[in-house]
Amino acid sequence: MSLINSVPESLVTAKLDEVLNWTRKSSVWYMLFGLACCAIEMMQTGGPRSDLDRFGAVPRATPRVSDLIIVSGTLTLKMALRTKLLYEQMPDPKYVISMGSCANCGGLFQLAYSVCDGVDKVIPVDVYVPGCPPRPEALTEGLLKLQDKISQERWLVRDPGTDSAAA
Amino acid sequence: MSTNAIDLDVLRETREGIETEEMTLNMGPQHPSTHGVLRFVVKADGEIMRRAIPDIGYLHRSIEKIAEKVGYHGFMPYTDRVDYVSAMQCNQGWAMACEKLAGIEVPRRGEYCRVIACEFGRLASHLLSVGATGMDIGAVTPFTHAIREREYINDILEELCGARLTFNYMRIGGCAWDLPPGFTKRAIAYLDRFEPLIDEYNELISFNKIYVERLANVAVVSQEMAIAWNLVGPNLRGSGLKYDVRKDEPYSAYPEFEFDVPVGTGERGTLGDSYDRYMVRMREMKESCKILRQALAGIPEGPVVAKVARTFKPPAGDAYVRVEASRGDMGWFVVSDGSAFPYRVHIRTGSFAAMAIIEELSKGLMIADLVAVIATLDIVAPEVDR
Amino acid sequence: MDIAEIHRRLRERLGNIVSPELKVADWSLCDVKPQSIVEVCAILRDEPELAFDCLSNLSGVDRKNDDTIEVYYHLFSYRHRHRIALRAATPRPDPVLPTVSHLWPIANWLEREAFDLLGVNFTDHPDMRRILMPEDWVGHPLRKDFVEPEEYHGISTRRESLLKL
Repeated sequence: MSLINSVPESLVTAKLDEVLNWTRKSSVWYMLFGLACCAIEMMQTGGPRSDLDRFGAVPRATPRVSDLIIVSGTLTLKMALRTKLLYEQMPDPKYVISMGSCANCGGLFQLAYSVCDGVDKVIPVDVYVPGCPPRPEALTEGLLKLQDKISQERWLVRDPGTDSAAA
Repeated sequence: MSTNAIDLDVLRETREGIETEEMTLNMGPQHPSTHGVLRFVVKADGEIMRRAIPDIGYLHRSIEKIAEKVGYHGFMPYTDRVDYVSAMQCNQGWAMACEKLAGIEVPRRGEYCRVIACEFGRLASHLLSVGATGMDIGAVTPFTHAIREREYINDILEELCGARLTFNYMRIGGCAWDLPPGFTKRAIAYLDRFEPLIDEYNELISFNKIYVERLANVAVVSQEMAIAWNLVGPNLRGSGLKYDVRKDEPYSAYPEFEFDVPVGTGERGTLGDSYDRYMVRMREMKESCKILRQALAGIPEGPVVAKVARTFKPPAGDAYVRVEASRGDMGWFVVSDGSAFPYRVHIRTGSFAAMAIIEELSKGLMIADLVAVIATLDIVAPEVDR
Repeated sequence: MDIAEIHRRLRERLGNIVSPELKVADWSLCDVKPQSIVEVCAILRDEPELAFDCLSNLSGVDRKNDDTIEVYYHLFSYRHRHRIALRAATPRPDPVLPTVSHLWPIANWLEREAFDLLGVNFTDHPDMRRILMPEDWVGHPLRKDFVEPEEYHGISTRRESLLKL
């Protein structure tokens, strides 16, 4: 976004894509999907010290009103089916952050018989945040990377026949 | 709003001529108020529940089977995940069970370090419990206060062992690392800051009229019922029974400390209601501060860990050890067959029984009360499912 | 009350149902014949001088080499502050035990867990179904000869090595 000098009339010019993406990335509402230990760190990240709210990310209770699902914690096989249902209930455009080792690849529970090795077996993931559990700074960095990803998207294309998002 | 259990027959009589049907609602597994992934199938007559049937297993990570694959030393990080909100006590439970099997004695400084770590963990856990209770009832402010205080405790424990949540601090035979220089000064500075804040939080919420009405007389658990259903910890003490594993079957360095065991007294309602359980937790935080001050002042010199073989092979046998975790006494049952891998590990937790009793307690409560009951019974999903 | 005294009383009342050896420890252990576990537990709970009002733990152990599945009962008394452990060994091909859930209500869930993970059947149990695993799971995971299934509802349980590029 470019500001033309510092005229008192504060005129801003930008590409429409950039403005749209700027509005969308600055208000990514995540669904409270805390499964295990990473959920506590997610709560701490939303807490006073490392505040997620300053990035516009507010926790929401239901999938119908959220853009982002932060899968924080171990996904068991019993829960994996419900996760797929919750992901399908979210309206487009939706994003997934896989937080923690257990959600990335099964983590230290790969030896278990009842654990799904990674959430990407059930839903497509945009950003992987490593850690066990990841520090609040790590989750914030993950959110910022997601914001970078959102700002690269292009929704306005001339030909309506093609796909709208070329990420 | 009256929160007494409503007599369903009386209600039916007053609604003559109106056709009603029982609803079956699903609560969870993804729900902002259930503490983790817990599911309830609620059969409700309007707002009043007939039964709330719990459905668990959504976080069953087969921790007990993994013990048979990773060995005694390697199991320590997994014990953090059994109750991640207060992970130090779980570490201690496993270490004590192994030490009992092999007859290892922990050096005194190691015991003191363990007590310091466990009591800080208890503070953190009770803070989260109290904050989450407030949030579930509708008071969002105490939750932010609790999270802020937890951040400071996380800082202190991070100094001690490097991790904020899943500590892996204890080893079989003692602790992994000694207290870093300057730790005592910083810890006491934190306690000086925190103890007056407990009174501030009490004034903010505990004596608030709305809070009291939401919690008093809800889900009254009598002493006999609590014992028969194996409720432990603050849940049992909230029903008036003065039993604490740290006092009645002391382990580690607890016999050397003076502290009180708060019990529920039915001060705002009936003995054994949710308010009693909640107040027991608030009071326990003060007692933990007392223990911490004594431990930090009187810690002896010496090693923190006993010499234990790298391949730990205890003699064949079994051991059942109970430690007072934040949610009550946690029973660690270990069976060894003489090899380097445990033969069977079973962890019996306080939240398991608390979850089981909800079906019994929920008869006649309102759906909003169910949330208060789950919060004051302090149920966390990993303890229920392991 | 002294555990040796309790053990002597049980032997007096029930004879050979309770084994003569008592392994003395923090939680002294004595073996009990599995079919009569309910009588033993009823005496332990109801006698006023014994008053074991709390079932602290119920665990199953799969002894593949002995071809048995043992179930340990750890009982505790809040009134008298004494404790005892019982062990009942059932044959592995068909492990059956009577339920104690009418004596201690917590046994309901503890026995369901033993059934789910080890396959021990408890007769007269009010609600014998799986508790931790999904309802359509096949097999009892904590048995020593349990083999993990290849996939569950389309989710594969095999993961290729993350080190391969």
